[in-house]
Amino acid sequence: MPKLKTLEDYRDEIKHCVKCGGCRAHCPAFGAERHEGRSARGKIALADALLDGEVDLEKQFLLDMSQCLLCGSCYSQCPNKVHTEEIVAATRREIARRKGLSTFGFGVATVLKHPKLMNLLAKSGGTLSGLLFKKIPESSGLRLRFPAPFISSDRTLPPVTAKPLRERFPEIIPGTEGAPTVLFFTGCGINYMYPESGEALIKALKFLGVTILIPQEQACCGLPAVSAGATDTVERLATINLEMFGKHKYDTIVTACASCHSGLGQIYPGMIGAEGDYQKKIRDIFVYLVEQGLPEKLEQLPKAKERIKVTYHDPCHLRNHGITKEPRAILKALPQVDYVELPGPGSCCGLGGTYSVYHYDTSKKIGAKKAALIEETGAALVATDCPGCIMQLQDNINHAGGNQRALHILDLLAEALEKAEYRI
Amino acid sequence: MLDKTVIKKLEQIVGKEHVLTDKTSLICYSYDATQRKFLPAAVVHPGSAEEISRIMALVNQHQIPIYPRGAGSGFTGGSLPTSANGIVLGLTRLNRIIEIDEDNLVATVEPGVVTEDFQKAVEKVGLFYPPDPASLKMSTLGGNVAECAGGPRCVKYGVTKDYIIGLQIVTPTGDIIDTGGPTMKGVVGYDLTKLICGSEGTLAIISKIIIKLLPLPEAKKTMLVLFDSIDGAAQAVSSIIRNKIIPATLEFMDGRTLDCVREATSLEVPDNARAVLIIEVDGDREYLDKQAHRIAEIIKPLGVVETRIAETPAESDALWQIRRSVSASLRRVNPDKFNEDICVPRSRVPEMIRKIDKISDKYGVPIVNFGHAGDGNIHVNIMIDSKIPGEQEKADQAIAEVFAGALELGGTMSGEHGVGIMKAPFVNMELGKASIDYMKTIKQALDPNNILNPGKIFPSDVKQNIEDRI
Repeated sequence: MPKLKTLEDYRDEIKHCVKCGGCRAHCPAFGAERHEGRSARGKIALADALLDGEVDLEKQFLLDMSQCLLCGSCYSQCPNKVHTEEIVAATRREIARRKGLSTFGFGVATVLKHPKLMNLLAKSGGTLSGLLFKKIPESSGLRLRFPAPFISSDRTLPPVTAKPLRERFPEIIPGTEGAPTVLFFTGCGINYMYPESGEALIKALKFLGVTILIPQEQACCGLPAVSAGATDTVERLATINLEMFGKHKYDTIVTACASCHSGLGQIYPGMIGAEGDYQKKIRDIFVYLVEQGLPEKLEQLPKAKERIKVTYHDPCHLRNHGITKEPRAILKALPQVDYVELPGPGSCCGLGGTYSVYHYDTSKKIGAKKAALIEETGAALVATDCPGCIMQLQDNINHAGGNQRALHILDLLAEALEKAEYRI
Repeated sequence: MLDKTVIKKLEQIVGKEHVLTDKTSLICYSYDATQRKFLPAAVVHPGSAEEISRIMALVNQHQIPIYPRGAGSGFTGGSLPTSANGIVLGLTRLNRIIEIDEDNLVATVEPGVVTEDFQKAVEKVGLFYPPDPASLKMSTLGGNVAECAGGPRCVKYGVTKDYIIGLQIVTPTGDIIDTGGPTMKGVVGYDLTKLICGSEGTLAIISKIIIKLLPLPEAKKTMLVLFDSIDGAAQAVSSIIRNKIIPATLEFMDGRTLDCVREATSLEVPDNARAVLIIEVDGDREYLDKQAHRIAEIIKPLGVVETRIAETPAESDALWQIRRSVSASLRRVNPDKFNEDICVPRSRVPEMIRKIDKISDKYGVPIVNFGHAGDGNIHVNIMIDSKIPGEQEKADQAIAEVFAGALELGGTMSGEHGVGIMKAPFVNMELGKASIDYMKTIKQALDPNNILNPGKIFPSDVKQNIEDRI
């Protein structure tokens, strides 16, 4: 079974932090609360102190460690490139190891382990509870993101679909003869909440004529469990997915979710014993579509007479991998889109894995900043490349009283391709 | 440990939630960018000058040392709580921009405002606050004033104290007083404003700052010039200034720095380039092109390998990228960096670089230099691996020789970082006994119980204080 690194494994990297404080300018959690313990520098100092036995797992320690969205903004701006988001995740695992998950400050992974709480979840009238827990398997990260008793009553969430994406399609959709095979890693967000975006992705792949493989056994990537410090869950999910990647034949793995892309492309490679060919084959869907020359094809479509003003939000987990140009390239090439750049496009939406569940108030503060920036653009739509961000952005906008809609770029792409088909 | 009654009183003054005594929080306020660590006994975040005044009266009565702190991004330990029973006074709650007066080009702010936030706010109304320390994205204006922060634009615009025309301060004994004011002139009494600027938080707590502003220049133009020698680059600096052009910034990097960044940046750096200048001119748009080309002509005979002039903001940003990549790329040389910031008369920069190269060879420690050529402020980075026995001692000796070299050339050991605890052992080299006594007399008169940021600047105090804790 692939193993996650322990906090001890990060001892050297922790020493690379020179306490310059640069992260104070970029950390969304620090920006909302402005306590040093919220900053990346503070958390690294605390992780260091924990390793040295200088500090106990006292209340304030747990609180500060819980105040991180794992967005990696600090990493992307750090002069020494210290992976604070990994160090925080490893510290959370260490806390879980020492105290057990049930007493863990985040209260998270408890839902998976305790039947009583599971029953409470199923019975409670929480926003997502009924349908969600019938449809969504125990292993899905969505359960970590939305354990019903913790969901704030003023939170706006999308409905859960009656028929998940993977039930709507066969495992293999053959393409033209000799065409490459693309494995679609759907992720939980698209499978259960935004299946239309998944249908849109399939439409785009069909447009290219490739063979589409949607393995039924695929599991949650594990990122929410990383956020929760749930070591066993992450390792179990990684095992399922790695077996799946090893079993099938394909040329490329595509994701349409920044979190999944990070789960497969950063968390797994960081695990011990998770090496494999699959790592080179992972592509964000827009990186793949750009490689396939789709923008050039889209540019040939006649521009719509009445275009809609659209802006783009950079999901943290794509921005940190340097994926910023490709989603924009597709969006700008769409005939119905009048693209406008968002100020501070890479500022976090405030979701942060399980963060928004346990720190909904701070999450809302972070989101309010985002909503104001979206309002500033005058755009009607804010498109992005991550179901989690879509959900959070819409909640941000709703709370700010805005009338913009958040959606996946894929939804707009499908619309354009449909119109293109009429003409062909 | 602090007396429980003192903690209680502090809680009564600022509110319970603003007094931190748990271990976790103490760790978070125990360090700054020097990477030295001193655990305080408590952290207090006041919300007004009145609260600060009551805190000062309390700690003065009980003779408890107190350490003002902004963002904790200093390089010399100015904010470190070096006494075991010390209290950190965090000033980040005081973060309001109180007024931007467009009629008088004056702003009033609280000390916890982040420098860049302030710059953006005044630029929105067409005004300009020039001081731009590298830490401006996180450092606070209060910290900038206390350390008299500099930055690349100082060559043309001067340092922080040149823009501070008034302060509200709380004295070590708890009095609230105003120094200076919003007028452009004022000569009644001593200039206490300038005394506080750069006093490293040892004379008073700054609770309000009155800042002079300039009109925002219409545009700027960036050029990057590669030279085949450091002498060429240094002569270029003198020639530009001798021709009565003062660029807004005149940044240089030496050959060793270029070797470090060559791999770390997407910009191509030819092998024969041994120094680089990044020159930025600002002002009216139509006059910038002329000025940039005039500069290119002036420096042409000085061993220029290549000149790149940015035509768009994006191109300008790409040129600055090379400067920004320095910090991270230095770690490729060695893991531990000692960053000194000597300043010499600008004509003597090449001489200083040659001295430093000799010191580097003598001790066998890599020294990488870059910084603000326009004002002679050189960032000397001594790169060692402190895990290797003997390396630390070599670095210490090299640092002392670098300081001595700067002083020989009529320079100073610190252009902008201050003394704090890091440079205190060397202060005797620069300041005579009478000079230090004069300063200490002021300190003793204003802070009779030596409670405000004690153990900083003055060599004997620092030695005693730090050794107590190790």
